Amino acid sequence: MTKSELIGEIAAANPHLQQADVEMIVATIFDEITAALARGARVELRGFGAFTVKRRDARTGRNPRTGETVPVDEKFVPFFKAGKELRERINAGTAASLAEKS
Amino acid sequence: MQTVTRAFLTEIIYAQVGLSRNESADLLESVLERMCQCLAEGETVKISGFGTFSIRQKGRRIGRNPKTGVEVPILPRRVTVFRPSHVLRAHINGETPSGADEA
Repeated sequence: MTKSELIGEIAAANPHLQQADVEMIVATIFDEITAALARGARVELRGFGAFTVKRRDARTGRNPRTGETVPVDEKFVPFFKAGKELRERINAGTAASLAEKS
Repeated sequence: MQTVTRAFLTEIIYAQVGLSRNESADLLESVLERMCQCLAEGETVKISGFGTFSIRQKGRRIGRNPKTGVEVPILPRRVTVFRPSHVLRAHINGETPSGADEA
């Protein structure tokens, strides 16, 4: 599913809304998550998951093609951890979920 | 730094779109719920400019309780993986996202 399909489905389920409004809502959600992460905040959406930012220290990398060493600066990477409910739902019916219940 | 939650996102949607707070909260919920449904069905969710959520199948392996050292089998399971788009990565590193992929 892509963002435009998501928007289409939400719009179809809410006929009283304009497609443009739904587009704005969906854009706002992801823009705000992005902005929060950019200022170093954590985003926690219970049942869905949590977005955090992890720091990667500076290191000396190597160009795999030429073998020459290149300095890689410290950087920050976004990280997503699925929430409990999502984790259970994607595993519903698997051996792992059945074992957990017993 | 304050953690962003549903309440915060609801407030922003309320302020930006001009729906009631209740309806803003419901719409946020339906977006998250629809994404969960797709993932539960094993479908990949691609949000351009943000990232891709996909499901990866993990095989059975032997784990160990780090406290007691007892071996326990970890059964095959599915996990969600999120691959951030380069636009999101750039934002987080305070760069202006451009089309050019440096990495």
